[in-house]
This record gives sequence, structure tokens and C-alpha cells, in this order.
Amino acid sequence: MTTPLALRVMEVQARVYRRIWRASVVTSFVNPMLFLAAMGLGLGSLVDRDAGRAALEGVTYLEFLAPGLLAATAMQTGAGDSTYPVMAGMKWMRTYHATLATPVGVGHLTAGHLAWVTVRVGLVSLAYVIVMVGFGAVGPVRGLAALAPAMLTGLAFAALVTAYTAQLENDQGLSSLFRFGIVPMFLFSGTFFPIDQLPGWAEAIALATPLYHGVELARGAALGVGTAAHPLVHAGYLAAIAAAAGWLAARNLSRRMLP
Amino acid sequence: MPDPLVAARALTKKFDDFVAVDTVDFEVRRGEAFGFLGPNGAGKSSTMRMIQAVSPVTAGELTVLGMDPAADGPKIRARLGVVPQEDNLDTQLPVEENLLIYGRYFDLPRPLIRERIDELLDFAQLAERRKMVVEKLSGGMKRRLSIARALINEPELLILDEPTTGLDPQARHALWDRLYRLKQQGATLIITTHYMDEAEQLCDRLVVMDKGKIVAEGSPLELIGRYSTKEVVELRFPIGVQETVVDHLEDLAKRLEVLPDRVLLYTDDADATASAVHAADLGPEQMVERRSTLEDVFLHLTGRTLVD
Repeated sequence: MTTPLALRVMEVQARVYRRIWRASVVTSFVNPMLFLAAMGLGLGSLVDRDAGRAALEGVTYLEFLAPGLLAATAMQTGAGDSTYPVMAGMKWMRTYHATLATPVGVGHLTAGHLAWVTVRVGLVSLAYVIVMVGFGAVGPVRGLAALAPAMLTGLAFAALVTAYTAQLENDQGLSSLFRFGIVPMFLFSGTFFPIDQLPGWAEAIALATPLYHGVELARGAALGVGTAAHPLVHAGYLAAIAAAAGWLAARNLSRRMLP
Repeated sequence: MPDPLVAARALTKKFDDFVAVDTVDFEVRRGEAFGFLGPNGAGKSSTMRMIQAVSPVTAGELTVLGMDPAADGPKIRARLGVVPQEDNLDTQLPVEENLLIYGRYFDLPRPLIRERIDELLDFAQLAERRKMVVEKLSGGMKRRLSIARALINEPELLILDEPTTGLDPQARHALWDRLYRLKQQGATLIITTHYMDEAEQLCDRLVVMDKGKIVAEGSPLELIGRYSTKEVVELRFPIGVQETVVDHLEDLAKRLEVLPDRVLLYTDDADATASAVHAADLGPEQMVERRSTLEDVFLHLTGRTLVD
């Protein structure tokens, strides 16, 4: 029902991106290089000694870390692209108002935005995978297999953050989102170390975060190992969040834009 | 008479307890330029948003192009053009791409959009700036581009919400000229404004709105004839003097409006009234004779000026 006009919304975002992609391309490649060099190789040289290696079930820290960072980057891209750009559409540039003055409805607008952000996450993740392959953290085939989990993670966060941003009056709430939401998840959801290292209560919280499930899926795909639960459970969890948050995002945008 | 393009009966819009539009009735006919004149906060924009099918009607009836906005929003919007109060162009994209993406929202085929872009850029006098990023355009150019964009789907009804607010006089006149052309080509326009000269220049018929209600309706000339005199003499006095002379002015005019900074004498013969003021030797610092305008109509109807 919302397909064709949602595609138009996507097309417009792609046109804008075509003019500004250069600004993001360097970050997309340099960021993973810095992280994989410092943490994967540098810190990893300590972790890989003695007991560390056993705890990671025989893979190097670089191999363990890289897919986790891939999912975490997908989270950051999906979330980031749903903060200031959404604010700009609603309030600063008001382009959403222009869009909604046409036959395009709020459902198309939300779906088109989320679809485009998912494509963007795919592009950023592809850059990450190329760097991972360059570092020898993963083979090309398994690396590409990890793209789908990354995109699903990005979509789930894009939907959540769009729903959140849509009901904000100004951008102050956006820095709190990163300080109290995104950054703690980045650190404690299994990206840097297995969550069973956390105290029990913290592990329970980590289990509930969408990032944990994205990391499990990405790591399973990249390393070719089993995941904590069946992959479909992790994927289903993320898909359910994406669907529920997507619905909420459309509702919040509708309240905000069509009072 | 053909069916009106827009018809409202007892149309009402509430936001929680606040009544933005209070049981208004109006009809917009095909081919006319219809105005909503009133100060900021009178309910003009809320009315426009209901007509555009982007804001639900709280109570009353509204039909737009023969359809119900609640049921047929997308169909209505497909046949409207909207020039918003605040520019909402995509400032990161060049001029022509703003038109292209808008055409795509209306699901128009690309070759048709390309054709219309050429025509519309000529119309908006922006042909030489088609590759320029919108961010770099002047305020007047952005407004003209907004109008061009609103015409991409060849709308049956063009809605302009405060089209010249914030523009310098030269840019305003350039814009009026474009709107006048559209009118002559037979377009139906709805214009909201808090500038009485804009309403006088552009509108065949208008309603005066205040505090959510329509307080008068007619052509600019009818309204002036009904609610004002032909001419006005404006007097300014030195500080502190106005209060002392107002009583003496009562007899010199048909009606008096006392504003904080000046006194308006409503008369059918400004020259005669001016002579009488001279003769009374009241010592005004400044005296101006002028025609009555819609500003005077508004003042008479509401006791307040349009622009605070």
C-alpha cells in the first residue's frame, strides 16, 4: 500500500545524498581502520595471550571484535541518520512539510525514510567489511554475509530513533539519546567482550538491547559459528522492534506534522 | 453557477481548548483570487491547513474540489499547489532538482517534469540559476521558486500562505506581478495575508478574519464602502498634546479613530476636513490626506491595527 510513493521519498533522499556523500566516505573507511588497528590489533595483542584466547573460543580478538563493531557501526548510522536529518525535515528545513503537501502521506514518508537509511547502513557496512577483509579479520564471503545482520540492526535503530526524534521539541534530547542510550549499548552489548563477563543484572539488560542481537547475528555470520539463540530468534527480535518502532514513528510523525 | 472549489460551513478547528477557527462559512469559486485578511493568529493558516487536507477538521463541513479532506486527502493534495508561509525548499539541492523531486512526489513522468521545469523556471525568472544550490538564492528568489514548485502538478487551486512576508518591497512587487499573471491565466488562488495592500492588489473577494471568526466578506471596494468613508485625514500631534485635542476633533469628521500615535479622521472630503483642522488651529505636527484602505476596514471592525 505504501510502496510506490515511499520509493519516491527514498529517491529524493538518495538525490540529496549524491551531493553530500563525499563528506561521509572518508569517515566510513577511516573509522573502522582506526578501531581495528587500535583495539583489534593493539589491545588484541594482549587479549590473545594465555587465558584470553580460551575465553574467545579460539578466535583472535580482532576476529571477535570486527563483526561486533560492524553491528555497532550499523546501529550508529541507523540512529544518527534518524536524528538531525529528521529534525531538519520536521523543523529546520521543513522539507517534510513540503513532502506532505503532495499525495505522499506520513506512512510513505516514514517507510521511505527508513528504507533509505537501511540502504545507507548497507553502504557504510560495506565499507566496514572491505576494511575488515583488508585487516584479515574475515574472509570476503563471510564478510558479505554479515551485511544483512548489519542492515537489520541499522533498520531497527533507525525506527526506534525516528519514533523518539519525532516527538522532540528541540535537539537537546538528541545528545541525551547518545549519552544514555547509544554509547552504553556500544560499550556493553557484546561488541568488545562477551556479555557473560557482565554481572548478572547487567547481562540481563544487555540481553534485551537490540544491539546485542545484531552483534550475535553479525558475529555468527562472520565467524561461521553458532549464535547464542537460533539466528531466527535474534533476527525476529530485531524485526519485531523495527516493525513496532516503525509504526510508532509514523504515529508520532503524524501527530507532529498533521495536528 | 458551478460548484465552488472550496466550501466551508460552520468550519471549526480546535487545538485542545484553544479555538483556532470558529464556525466560519465561505466559498471559493473557480477562477477567482480569494483572500483571507487578518492579523497573525487570526486562524488563517489553520484554515489553509484544513483545506490542504493536512489538518483534520474538528467540526463543521468542508469540501475541497468536491471531495471530503478526511476521506480523500491524497486525491485533493494531488490537485492543489501550496506555497507555504515558511520556505521549505530542499536547500541542499539545486533549483531545478527541487522542481524535479516535487514532480516525482506527484508521480509525474520524468519527460513531462523536464518540460514543465523549463516553463516554470522561465515563469519564475530563475532560468539562469537552475543549477544554483537553493541555499545561495535570495529570499525573493526562494519565494518565486516556491511558487514555481507549487505549479509543477498544474494545480486547479493554488494556496499561498503569507506569500510576501519578510520580503523587501522590490521582491514583493516582483512576486505580485507573477501572481497577477497567474490570475490572468485563469488560476484560482487562495491568499492569506496580514498586509492590506497585498489583499487590495490581488484579491477579487476576501474575508476579514479576527480571533478565529470571519468578521466581514466582500470585494476590497465593497468592504471599504461598507465599513469606511472614502477618504481619511491622519493627524500626528506632539507628545502629550493628542489627549487634549481629541474632543475638539469629534465634530470635524464623520468618525474618529484614536490610535496611540495618531488620530484618524474619516471623511468623504479630505480637503475640506484638512481645512477645518487648520482653521481650528489645533497644531498637529503632521497631517496626511489619503484614500481609505482595508486597514481602515479592519480597524473599524476590530478596533485594532493589522500589523502590530
